[in-house]
Amino acid sequence: MGMTITEKIIAAHTDLEEVHAGQFVYAEVDICLGNDITAPIAIEQFETLGLKHVLNPDTIVLVPDHFTPNKDIKSAQNAKVLRAFAQKHQIKNYFEVGRVGIEHVLLPEKGIVVPGDLVIGADSHTCTYGAMGIFSTGVGSTDIAACFATGKVWLKVPETIKFSFQGKLKEWVSGKDLILYTIGKIGVDGARYKAMEFGGPVIEALSMDDRLAMCNMAIEAGAKNGIIEPDSCTEEYINSRAKRAYKFYSSDDNCSYSDIHTYDVSNLSPQVALPNLPENVCPVEDVSDIKIDQVVIGSCTNGRISDLRIAAQILKGRKIHPSIRLIILPGTQDVYLEALKEGLIEIFINAEGAVSTPTCGPCLGGHMGVLAEGERALSTTNRNFAGRMGHPKSEIYLCNPAVAAASSITGKITHPERIV
Amino acid sequence: MKGIIWKYGDNVNTDEIIPARYLNTTDLKELSSHCMEDIDPDFVRKAKKGDIIIAGENFGCGSSREHAPLSIKHFGISCVIAKSFARIFFRNAINIGLPIFESENAAIEINEGDEVSIDLDLSKIIDMTTKKEYSFSPFPDEMKGIIEAGGLMEYVVRSKHFKT
Repeated sequence: MGMTITEKIIAAHTDLEEVHAGQFVYAEVDICLGNDITAPIAIEQFETLGLKHVLNPDTIVLVPDHFTPNKDIKSAQNAKVLRAFAQKHQIKNYFEVGRVGIEHVLLPEKGIVVPGDLVIGADSHTCTYGAMGIFSTGVGSTDIAACFATGKVWLKVPETIKFSFQGKLKEWVSGKDLILYTIGKIGVDGARYKAMEFGGPVIEALSMDDRLAMCNMAIEAGAKNGIIEPDSCTEEYINSRAKRAYKFYSSDDNCSYSDIHTYDVSNLSPQVALPNLPENVCPVEDVSDIKIDQVVIGSCTNGRISDLRIAAQILKGRKIHPSIRLIILPGTQDVYLEALKEGLIEIFINAEGAVSTPTCGPCLGGHMGVLAEGERALSTTNRNFAGRMGHPKSEIYLCNPAVAAASSITGKITHPERIV
Repeated sequence: MKGIIWKYGDNVNTDEIIPARYLNTTDLKELSSHCMEDIDPDFVRKAKKGDIIIAGENFGCGSSREHAPLSIKHFGISCVIAKSFARIFFRNAINIGLPIFESENAAIEINEGDEVSIDLDLSKIIDMTTKKEYSFSPFPDEMKGIIEAGGLMEYVVRSKHFKT
């Protein structure tokens, strides 16, 4: 029997020729990621082993991105724990404030993760890197502690669901809309424990930024990983960035899928996920005129340069609605600098938006835009659980950057075609 | 394991189990003092050590934060029963030694307030209030090794699979 791309990458990280869904393996890890929330627990766990050294500091990446620049004293203490651990173990992939970006925007951009890798991260959105033909999955703090010591992770090889997207996307429809639509179809546990493999002509035509946004939200369908077979788009993205040799894998024709879904998305509108689950999805037209208080553009889902470009295209020469607070977070310092050079930041500030240094901040109600009781946000982030962005009685709607920008101008959820 | 049941629905997420506003600490006592706060603000006042949480599908979905199972474990909850668990919560629970059991019928039929015990030898969930018994899905052998060791860090020390 043939193997899926997910099975092939996992097999290549064991001493087995082949692995198949359901099999239990102990796999070698290429990159192991932690952040300022999850790594402090991992470091405490690692230290219980009494080891002097981590197995290989070059496989460890520490990204203090959630509550940085430090939002309070406790967060500063946690950031200090990361900094001290990175220094002690000579971890070169530690990113201090001023160099740091949102982890899942930063690692692809810097070429730290490369096609063919097996990556684990103590952050659920580690599945993002599947867009580059990587097996990449979110785990917990103890998993990465064990990996610091041994370089390995325990895994059950997942079944794969294949999603084939047919047709041609309309204007203002993006990778974010494809993944919201998909989650709406299969539900928040529709791919629980499974791999989601995205393909078809629509994916082949999709930019890497959009592919990253899609795979980022595989976890919102419960998946272990999202993955896209690498192609010329992947090659173009990675060849100037890669820090290591890389390898392209693809699924065999005779591999086994647990399910295959084919969607014709030619008539798909921009999608919006209503509170309080990412599966509560509808076309933007169905919810136009819902009033909002705050708009957030950024995050590990939509904080890349093409996301900012499309927002700027809509906001150029316009002002946001007087009752709206617009917060824009470039995903990394490089994204920020590029946006500055292209004049996007000037457009945002002239539109009366607030532009922040890269941070996960508002996505999880941490800082830089926490919601009050009864407030409603429209956000390009990935989760709309009740109260996630602040007060337990606040609401979140999810959308793509174009819808977010258009809605910030009208003060209510708006299709971009009504503005431009 | 024996305790009173606290019952919740489908898709209980880790933001509800431990909201991000408390993730600036790793102090287990502090984390456990906010256990289940955004789904049930009174939980820490009404639940007692040894009690059992029961829920529907996809318990622990969302963020990978290990603070979620840690807050449940260190509050003193003896185990969590659900129709199904989200995968990162599932592995975190195994890795830190929080007992979890998948049992669809138990999750449907057992009521809040029932007194329930778990018989590990017989793989049974026993509702002492209604006198009904339920089986739970057995763990794969590989996972049993981690569970029997008491958690992943203990297993790493012992297991040939993690030898470097």
